[in-house]
Amino acid sequence: MSAAVATVGTTSLWDRIRTYSPPPRFLPLIVTIALFAGMFGAGSVRYENFGDPQVFLSLMINNAHLIVLAVGMTFVILTGGIDLSVGSVVAMSTMILAKTLQSGWSLPAAILAVLVVSTLLGTVLGLLIHYFDIQPFIATLAGLFLARGVAYLISIESIPITDETFMKWAYEPLTLWSTYWIRWSVVVALVAVVVAAYVLAFTRFGRTVYAIGGNESSAMLMGLRVGAVKVGVYAVSGFCAGLGGLLFALNTPSGNSLHAVGMELDAIAAAVIGGILLTGGRGYVFGALVGVLVLGVIQTFITFDGTLTSWWTRIAIGVLLLVFVVIQRLMTRRQAT
Amino acid sequence: MTDTLTPAPSPAPTGENGHAAARPTLVTRFLGSTLVWPILALLLLLVVNVVATPSFLNVRIQDGHLYGNVIDIARNSAPVLLVALGMTLVIATRGIDLSVGAIAAIAGAVACTRIVGAGDEAAVTTAIMACTWALAVCVVLGVWNGFLVSVLGIQPIIATLVLMVAGRGLAMLVTDGQITTVNNDTFSDLATGYVLGLPIASLIAVGMVVAAAIFTRRTALGMLIEAVGINPEASRLAGVRARTIIWTVYVFGGFCAGLAGLIIAANTNSVNANSLGLWIELDAILAVVIGGTALTGGRFSLAGTLVGALFITTLARTIPNVGIPSEANYLFKAVVVVAVCLLQSPRARAALRVRRPAVSKGNPV
Repeated sequence: MSAAVATVGTTSLWDRIRTYSPPPRFLPLIVTIALFAGMFGAGSVRYENFGDPQVFLSLMINNAHLIVLAVGMTFVILTGGIDLSVGSVVAMSTMILAKTLQSGWSLPAAILAVLVVSTLLGTVLGLLIHYFDIQPFIATLAGLFLARGVAYLISIESIPITDETFMKWAYEPLTLWSTYWIRWSVVVALVAVVVAAYVLAFTRFGRTVYAIGGNESSAMLMGLRVGAVKVGVYAVSGFCAGLGGLLFALNTPSGNSLHAVGMELDAIAAAVIGGILLTGGRGYVFGALVGVLVLGVIQTFITFDGTLTSWWTRIAIGVLLLVFVVIQRLMTRRQAT
Repeated sequence: MTDTLTPAPSPAPTGENGHAAARPTLVTRFLGSTLVWPILALLLLLVVNVVATPSFLNVRIQDGHLYGNVIDIARNSAPVLLVALGMTLVIATRGIDLSVGAIAAIAGAVACTRIVGAGDEAAVTTAIMACTWALAVCVVLGVWNGFLVSVLGIQPIIATLVLMVAGRGLAMLVTDGQITTVNNDTFSDLATGYVLGLPIASLIAVGMVVAAAIFTRRTALGMLIEAVGINPEASRLAGVRARTIIWTVYVFGGFCAGLAGLIIAANTNSVNANSLGLWIELDAILAVVIGGTALTGGRFSLAGTLVGALFITTLARTIPNVGIPSEANYLFKAVVVVAVCLLQSPRARAALRVRRPAVSKGNPV
């Protein structure tokens, strides 16, 4: 008996490593992380200074707003929905912030106004989607038009933001170690990721989100608060879009109704690349974060290369999107049979 | 114009046991049709315009062709109408095509770079060759979309999102990131030319609608498309080639988007890959939804799409005409989307029906 245990013990270490396969639910996430590591590694080998930690930190700084948007999008996609309005809400948020500050509001009041308006818009969209059975795609399309329209109505010109505290947040570097630094926007984005991960993993709200994405009728029959949660995820997405707008304004200190055209696509692409299943029910917020970083690395690649033009970014994102969509499809097909 | 409004209050003559549907009068047929609301909304917009500018509907002949606001609206609505036409059939199969704006941009980019690169830039054959090339590329892109949806079985919204994201990059690649300007009279005639006093762009668009109507309503194709939209699996089992039909509608959608892109590029004699056809997919979807085609698939109305496209273009013209800044256009579109969806929503309809039982009795559905 003890001999048998011993033989199992000796072979199992190698066998375990050799035959180890991670739980399938983590597979897409692992693929994405490997992709990110691979791309970053390839960049470090190919270009000088690419491997510098500050490149990674700049990636976070430049994409902090997108991380927050992708977090909101994760909630929506996990329920099997989609939110097309986030890009426009970002533009609207920068406009509301710039306009209220210009007309003499205090900074906290202006920030509050942005978050309240964007959350309210998200809530209204959620109500339309749940209580009137309007497809998420169409309802949020209305949200897209509405937010862009509000932004245009506030002003068609760009409004600069000159508030001193806001500028301090925008430009004050946070030194991490030696010469490496980040900005406050990265802290906010990471807090958003952590909070979202906690909510999705450990709260009733989060579990209901996964349940709705898995099968809405079952969730309803189980007595879960489907309505409240469905409206809630769009409210969360609206809030995240507002917060994303604030972070975006930190990067380009101005309000402009032409900001962030098509950013909803980037958020959706990040979520898909991050392994969040578009039919709902499976995926992790952390995946959305890595998805954003992958998109950012593509951008960095093209900047470092210098011979490639910036529109290759769009093509590369499209190709990646395609690859991941096909992988998702193959995975779901295998499970179905 | 008011003729269509008057019958509404008087209840239609119904048979004793509600068999009016067996011999529908024109009035009941009209009231029972999904076209009622879009047409009434379009007429309302026109009335608003006439009140704001009494000469709004005037049409006169200038330089041998018709000239006036109405003609302008017809001309301007051609691209949206074309894209919406393709979108109608795609939506009828329960799909959606988000990539049409990008396809339109690619069509414009290909056509313009071909014209600029040709030996004789102003020649008629140059324009024809360039447009043929552009449309061929669009058909290939449609084949690609159709492949992803019908063969790989990817959700349409995601499958076409791929090309929506990558397409503008491709268009930029074709034009090398430049705003390409062309100088070819035949090409610009696509948008600004007139035949028999009518704008060529409108004739192309309406011609495509009529052709599509003949193909879908005079052959079995329309029924097959609807069958696939209602239940792809069941229609496949019933012997319908669901895959081929789905593939075909995406190719048709790509072709229509290409035509629209050519007209838009011809209108300015140039192509800007970043802005050509930007958000046209959203306008097209809006036109389709206004026209009464259900987004859940299985039922479509080409006439409704025509009215929807005209409505969107008229709305864009109405807003500055009544003195509202044109930036508000987006707000009005949002209101229209919500209103139309609420009208289609079973729950909202049920709420309305309780309050107005007389109307529902008058219109057996």
